[in-house]
Amino acid sequence: MTTVAAAGTDPLPGRGESRWRRFVVRLFRTKPLGAAGAVVFVIFLLSGIFAGVLAPYGINETDLAHRLEPPSTEFLLGTDHLGRDLFSRVLMGARLSMIVGFCAAALATVVSIVIGVLSGYLGGWFDMLTQRLVDAWMTFPDLVLLIVVVSVVGPGITQIVIILGLLYGIAGSRIVRGAVTSVREHVYTHAAQSIGAGTFHILRRHILPNVMPVVIVLFTTRVGAVILSEAALSFLGLGVPPPAPTWGGMLSGDGRTYLYLGPWLALAPGVCLTVVVYSANVFGDALRDLLDPRMRGT
Amino acid sequence: MSSAANRVLLRVEDLKVHFPVTEGVLMRRRTGSIKAVDGVSFDLRRGETFGLVGESGCGKSTTALAILRMLEPTAGRIVFDGEDISEASQSRLRPLRRRMQMVFQDPFGSLNPRMRVREIVGEPLKVHRVAGSRRRFRERVAELLDLVGLLPSMANRYPHQFSGGQRQRIGIARALALEPDLLICDEAVSALDVSIQAQVLNLLMDLQAKLGLTYLFIAHDLSVVRHISDRVGVMYLGRIVEIATRDELFERPRHPYTEALLASVPTPDPVVEAARAHHLIAGEVPSVRNPPSGCRFHPRCSKALDRCDRVEPLLEAVGPARVACHLYPDSSPAAAGAGQAGDQVV
Repeated sequence: MTTVAAAGTDPLPGRGESRWRRFVVRLFRTKPLGAAGAVVFVIFLLSGIFAGVLAPYGINETDLAHRLEPPSTEFLLGTDHLGRDLFSRVLMGARLSMIVGFCAAALATVVSIVIGVLSGYLGGWFDMLTQRLVDAWMTFPDLVLLIVVVSVVGPGITQIVIILGLLYGIAGSRIVRGAVTSVREHVYTHAAQSIGAGTFHILRRHILPNVMPVVIVLFTTRVGAVILSEAALSFLGLGVPPPAPTWGGMLSGDGRTYLYLGPWLALAPGVCLTVVVYSANVFGDALRDLLDPRMRGT
Repeated sequence: MSSAANRVLLRVEDLKVHFPVTEGVLMRRRTGSIKAVDGVSFDLRRGETFGLVGESGCGKSTTALAILRMLEPTAGRIVFDGEDISEASQSRLRPLRRRMQMVFQDPFGSLNPRMRVREIVGEPLKVHRVAGSRRRFRERVAELLDLVGLLPSMANRYPHQFSGGQRQRIGIARALALEPDLLICDEAVSALDVSIQAQVLNLLMDLQAKLGLTYLFIAHDLSVVRHISDRVGVMYLGRIVEIATRDELFERPRHPYTEALLASVPTPDPVVEAARAHHLIAGEVPSVRNPPSGCRFHPRCSKALDRCDRVEPLLEAVGPARVACHLYPDSSPAAAGAGQAGDQVV
């Protein structure tokens, strides 16, 4: 208590920095699981970024003398049917999957916030119209929509990010809108209106901070969902085009084909996928709790 | 009170707030309306406390929200300090909002849980861009907290770290930030414990003496209203049935509804309580969607006359009070005296 109070009265210059440090300390102290999630996530992110340096072999370097070899010291995660080193491919896959997962989930969240907040707060005709459009959008089966769009514009990482972002964003706007309509009716929102606050001020200071818990959870679950969707697309041959390695592609391509001969082919990307999605989720939950002042000790 | 201080700050004339009742999903059609407030008129004099009492659902809060233009009035005039604001645009209303502030009922819901007390109390200053420098802003918030009996060092805390009474003080500090003329207290103490109620009421009275505030004090608790008000208006089903000074109203209630309302307050002495005649009001409050014809109170009134179900009584002067009741055919003191004879027990 006294140390916290003392930290609060620190001289101004290092304020932003100390606030960050205090946040990280709190994360590790009160939410060890969430902190572990963050660490794992960062490790994957870094290994994706530095895949070029870390990978012992080239991702498309074939070695026909070592086909479908189980994990060994030479090939840490074994090799596939073309003799490509799986470890190198999984590292590179981390880059692609993280880019797709992160960017598409971020886009989806922004889309959800914009549609959900405006529709939920403004209400009336605007809400009615927007929600019917969202209804119409949601009646299309996701996969059919994806297949149609990808076949028209062709596969590629940008298209996939945009399509998945819009798809999940529009569907997720419902959840944000629901949260907004409940926050809108809180007395503190009315209090702000009675003060004479404008719409923008109310949205920024009252509505957004109070729908943040929903938004954070939405984002972290979306990261996992998007990576899995990309896997589904790759399975249909509409994902990021081969030979670029994505976890989804590895899982649904070679992993499935050689499941009996080389189970490590499916296991490696599968485990990575699971771990990343899980760590994103626990980190998101921890973040949600830490950002709530009510969960803070006095 | 001097005559200058008696100037009218707020005049409400024949205020009506009706909510449409619609049916159908695609083809919405109006099938009726909820007449939450249906012809309410009263004056608020500068520096006084006007109590508005009535049962739940009688339109007290709706009246307050319409005065602040947070609900659009269906008809009627709201004149604030000589300016008709019933039709004013939101942008014209903005500067006036500085002069009318509201204290809300629920001390738990009215403060944003994610803002620090400093941000909450200082929010009106920021919204109206009168915050000034960072230092000036902090000083002003500290002043406000001190004014409502909180420690300035509490500014860094979050609302959940306070008790109900303290939170209500924070709400009052926020309402005072812009130095308003009029403070609308909508059930401002009814969510608090009785002991805390007294503290907050005394705080409000001190602030009024110190800052020359005018209060519109809405409550359903008669003892609270009696404690704080100079004048009292009694509402029933969207209309005011009686307006009088506090002493006049509590000692000589004229409208049968007022009488019944006062009689419903239990006496803390069991002997007196047992011996006391109870005026029970029969039946339930009728629906505001379909209010009774004539006097809205007539189906439950023990003294209803023939014409009560046909002719709607107007608010007219009866002695020093203003009453809407057919028992007082004219304002002569004799008639007023005859009307209220008999049943007076306490």
